[in-house]
Amino acid sequence: MSTPTIDLPVKAAAIRRISIGRRIKNDVATLFFVTSFVIALVPLAWLLWVVIQRGWYAVTQPGWWSHSLRGVLPEQFSGGAYHAIYGTLVQAAVAAILAVPLGFMTAVYLAEYRSTRLARFTSFMVDVLAGLPSIVAALFIFSLWIATMGFQQSAFAVSLALVLLMLPIVVRSTEEMLKLVPHDLREASYALGIPKWKTIMRIVVPVAMPGIITGVLLSIARVMGETAPVLVLVGYSRSINFDIFNGNMASLPLLIYSELNNPEHAGFLRVWGAALTLIIVVAVVYLLAAAANRVIAIRRR
Amino acid sequence: MTATLSTETTPAPSASDGAKARRGDRLFKSVAALAGSTITIAIGLIAIFLLVQAVPSLRANHANFFTSAQFNTTDSNNLAFGIRDLFMVTVLSSLCAMALAVPVAIGIAVFLTQYAPARLSRPFGALVDLLAAVPSIVFGLWGIFVLAPQLEPIEAWLNRHLGWLFLFKVGNVSLAGGGNIFTAGVVLSVMVLPIITSVSREVFRQTPTTHIEAAQALGATKWEVVRMTVLPYGRSGAVAASMLGLGRALGETVAVLIILRASAQAGHWSLFDGGYTFASKIASAASEFSEPLPTGAYIAAGFVLFVLTFIVNAAARAIVGRAVKT
Repeated sequence: MSTPTIDLPVKAAAIRRISIGRRIKNDVATLFFVTSFVIALVPLAWLLWVVIQRGWYAVTQPGWWSHSLRGVLPEQFSGGAYHAIYGTLVQAAVAAILAVPLGFMTAVYLAEYRSTRLARFTSFMVDVLAGLPSIVAALFIFSLWIATMGFQQSAFAVSLALVLLMLPIVVRSTEEMLKLVPHDLREASYALGIPKWKTIMRIVVPVAMPGIITGVLLSIARVMGETAPVLVLVGYSRSINFDIFNGNMASLPLLIYSELNNPEHAGFLRVWGAALTLIIVVAVVYLLAAAANRVIAIRRR
Repeated sequence: MTATLSTETTPAPSASDGAKARRGDRLFKSVAALAGSTITIAIGLIAIFLLVQAVPSLRANHANFFTSAQFNTTDSNNLAFGIRDLFMVTVLSSLCAMALAVPVAIGIAVFLTQYAPARLSRPFGALVDLLAAVPSIVFGLWGIFVLAPQLEPIEAWLNRHLGWLFLFKVGNVSLAGGGNIFTAGVVLSVMVLPIITSVSREVFRQTPTTHIEAAQALGATKWEVVRMTVLPYGRSGAVAASMLGLGRALGETVAVLIILRASAQAGHWSLFDGGYTFASKIASAASEFSEPLPTGAYIAAGFVLFVLTFIVNAAARAIVGRAVKT
């Protein structure tokens, strides 16, 4: 029995050309995905460009970084944003001092004791806190600190509200970093008979430290631009106030908001100057976060 | 998961100072648990304190809190406030933001995980995340002074051609200047883009490679791969991400406060209305918080906002929890 010679494939080719319809659909989809990314960059570039362009004049004036607006008339452009920069930095720093230990221990609890029921419930609550609108945090501090406990409006009240906004960011980033630490390290430590708490503090946390510091700095950058708490919890002051417990204190968002009511050209310059200053301050903290991450990583090596 | 298993392992007891070590462990664990509980306590206190401050004003309220459109707190003996208009403006601006942001954000997430070259995916993602770093007051400035004049022709066109639909009919503020819900929605959509993108990016990234390769082996085009594997796998994650974005949009304060123009008449569900959202109403009156009763009216509005965002966030969290388990 002889097999007939085959000079053509018996079956149709397995790989066929893609039909025009499918190809068009594929191209349209690709176009959509690429465009949506470009669309996101348009407002970013546009906004940065406008703020730099309009704010440049103000921030390059001699007194901008070293003088307050004390005694400066609304229509006269002189003085600077020193008082507001101080307020923004100090309020964020005080908030960080309060939020970091609390957030750190919470993250340790969530990452290292995560099997407990309380840990799972706490994790849910952290998510709820993360979604808390800043105005509600401000209202809460207002009803607790000012309306119920009878304190005056002050920068410290703002810091308390910022703590609430900062906590979930600190907790989540620290928790993620702790979870990234390899389990072999913990087990090696346990095998040597070292108690769990010491293992966490001496082995796990140092390994996760660069990430934790970065997370803390990012959370500071995030709350520095918060406006709702400063609107509700502290009054605006045109001169510098170093005391966080008494009196009005300016901050960059508050400076912008109050100068919006200034119809003069100087008001326009100050609004955009303060906006650019705020972006610069936030950017510096971001760069610090990136630098901290790198420096510590290099030293470890 | 091996990770959870090994968390359970406790250190081997050492003969010499076992008792001391165990005491240290117990102390450490309770300090950590205490820190964790403060968060729960804080949430509880927020609900309690807002309610306590709000109830006297709600008692003294002469209008129906849920159906009245007025918000009159100047005379504390004759309070009349309701949240109808605040609710309408809040929901309308947030939903407008969602309608614009969700498709774009999901598009970006797919682009970053499936289309962008692997080396560029991370820096590109960081660029989108930068949007989250811009303070909201700067978004507000940009929105009203820069973006709004550009949007005005679009708004006029929508109003002229789609004015028969209630969303686009003539609102209670004039189109000139652009201080309306539409502009606020566009700005809000930019502000919620990074959060929706980053959460859905994480979910899309976890699409099993086997699913993708199986689709490719069947001869699927890139789009078909995305449609058959990535999108179904990440659907619940993307829904949760959108709800997180919605929660953010509902509570956004100062950008909306700067953009929206106040209006004398009540709104009628048009995107070209002005007015106040919950958050911007509270912030606008912040400097007058001195009398307890009028302040309580705003705190009552704040409590409603708190409940609203709580529900949205809890729902998002529930969806994410289910998506991770299955």
